[in-house]
Amino acid sequence: MTDAAGASSAADPSSAATATRPSLHADVVVARGETRIAAAFDVAPGHPLAVIGPNGAGKSSVLAAIAGLVPLESGRVAIGARSVDRMPPERRRIGVLFQDYVLFPHLTVRDNVAFAARMRGSRAAARAAAEPWLDRYGLLALADRFPAQLSGGQAQRVALARALAAEPDVLLLDEPMSALDVEVRADMRAELATHVREFGGATVLVTHSPADAAALADSVLVLERGRVTQRGTLEELRASPATPYVERMLAASGE
Amino acid sequence: MAAPVSDRPGIGRGPRRARGAQRGSSVAGRLAWPVAVVAGIALAVLVLPLAALVVRAPWGDLTELLARESVLQALVLSFTTATVATACCLVLGVPLAALLARAADWPTLPRRALRAAVTVPLVLPPVVGGIALLMLLGRRGPIGQLLEESFGVTVPFTTGAVVIAQVFVSLPFLTFAVEGALRSADRRTELAAATLGASRWQVFRHVTLPLVAPGVAAGAVLCFTRALGEFGATITFAGSLPGVTRTLPIASYLAMQSDPDEAIALALLLLAVSVIVLLGLRDRWLPEVRA
Repeated sequence: MTDAAGASSAADPSSAATATRPSLHADVVVARGETRIAAAFDVAPGHPLAVIGPNGAGKSSVLAAIAGLVPLESGRVAIGARSVDRMPPERRRIGVLFQDYVLFPHLTVRDNVAFAARMRGSRAAARAAAEPWLDRYGLLALADRFPAQLSGGQAQRVALARALAAEPDVLLLDEPMSALDVEVRADMRAELATHVREFGGATVLVTHSPADAAALADSVLVLERGRVTQRGTLEELRASPATPYVERMLAASGE
Repeated sequence: MAAPVSDRPGIGRGPRRARGAQRGSSVAGRLAWPVAVVAGIALAVLVLPLAALVVRAPWGDLTELLARESVLQALVLSFTTATVATACCLVLGVPLAALLARAADWPTLPRRALRAAVTVPLVLPPVVGGIALLMLLGRRGPIGQLLEESFGVTVPFTTGAVVIAQVFVSLPFLTFAVEGALRSADRRTELAAATLGASRWQVFRHVTLPLVAPGVAAGAVLCFTRALGEFGATITFAGSLPGVTRTLPIASYLAMQSDPDEAIALALLLLAVSVIVLLGLRDRWLPEVRA
């Protein structure tokens, strides 16, 4: 890989997987209207957890609380020994892949990926630092396009490169496949799984699809009506489903 | 054009735009003839006076009329004050719009009170605004008295008073245009920026402001035209001193009594500015102004 001049070794994506990364401890209680959503779990680096559950179970709220985008009613969020629940989102070092990516519409692909570096330095330095990320995610040919000119799969690649270029300690994925056309899902899922593995840090994935969980995560946490009803590997869930929802979901899997 | 806002917390689905209704249905497109006739009359009410102005204008003497000392004086004063007023409105109005957009989450009473306060100058007769400004900043007014006693500064009947009157009447135009743009911008882009390490100020500077730039530009143009045309509040609060507070509309009004041709020339000039602004705005910005 040709190293772009000016990119520090820390910004080089190939060094990301080798670094030791902290684990995530989350114990969150979030108020949503009349109801309360509570979930507690630990995620080890390199062992992604899928939070799975029916629509409206509160999965996205849990992710938002970890990232600091909605207030925590009580509980704790820690990354390694670092307690982050009192910090604003910009200081938590938690990357988020949003459900429909939420790219910056006024910035090119290059400047989207360079955004985190731009917040810390000059435009020229940020663009130089973005270069290896664009290369790694196959985005060099698209670097001067705007988000409106991208396909769903391309937009997801940009969003992931943008999040990981910030070098987060933790990665949160919110329904990463739901905005994609059905035909490209299988390919993008495999590609995403590769990138998540390379990231190597603590990763939490929210989904309602067992196929996503199987491809991207090591274990599964089931959230129903704001409560955790089961935790284990997909095999364990299959062997003894704790609720009718788990049973139905696994029976219907295969998309 | 506010998108439906979900009351769920979380980073889930973004605002989805409602699908546009089927257009061009031939039956719905037809007007009953009385409606068409009245609409035509309404259009005539709007257009005919301006057409008359253009037709009756002293085209032959126009250059001579517009080159007069009194006209040039008013022209320079008007453009200077309207520009300064627009700059003031930009500085004051963008943060006010941000507050107004954020107030959507407030309880009903303070939210409505804030909106009403910003709307008042839009519905208030400008003369009332001028009198109100005199009550506050005049010699007997609480702030006017303070300024005079502490600094020896008198505000009314100065060029500064012209600017203040213009800011008073035109600030809502800018504020609502920017607020509309802020509301239609996807707030989750700001959240995404925060997760990438952007501080609140950086989010505003690198994400929010660029996203609402068209709204800010449209608002500034509307604000400028409103300031340029300001009459009632200005003549009440700032008077009509040639070269100091006699702006184009005031000069045009006064000329009507002594030299109608000069008044018409001035009116034509103001009309031309409005048409240029309208052409500049076109459809590109106008939808965002419909806050």
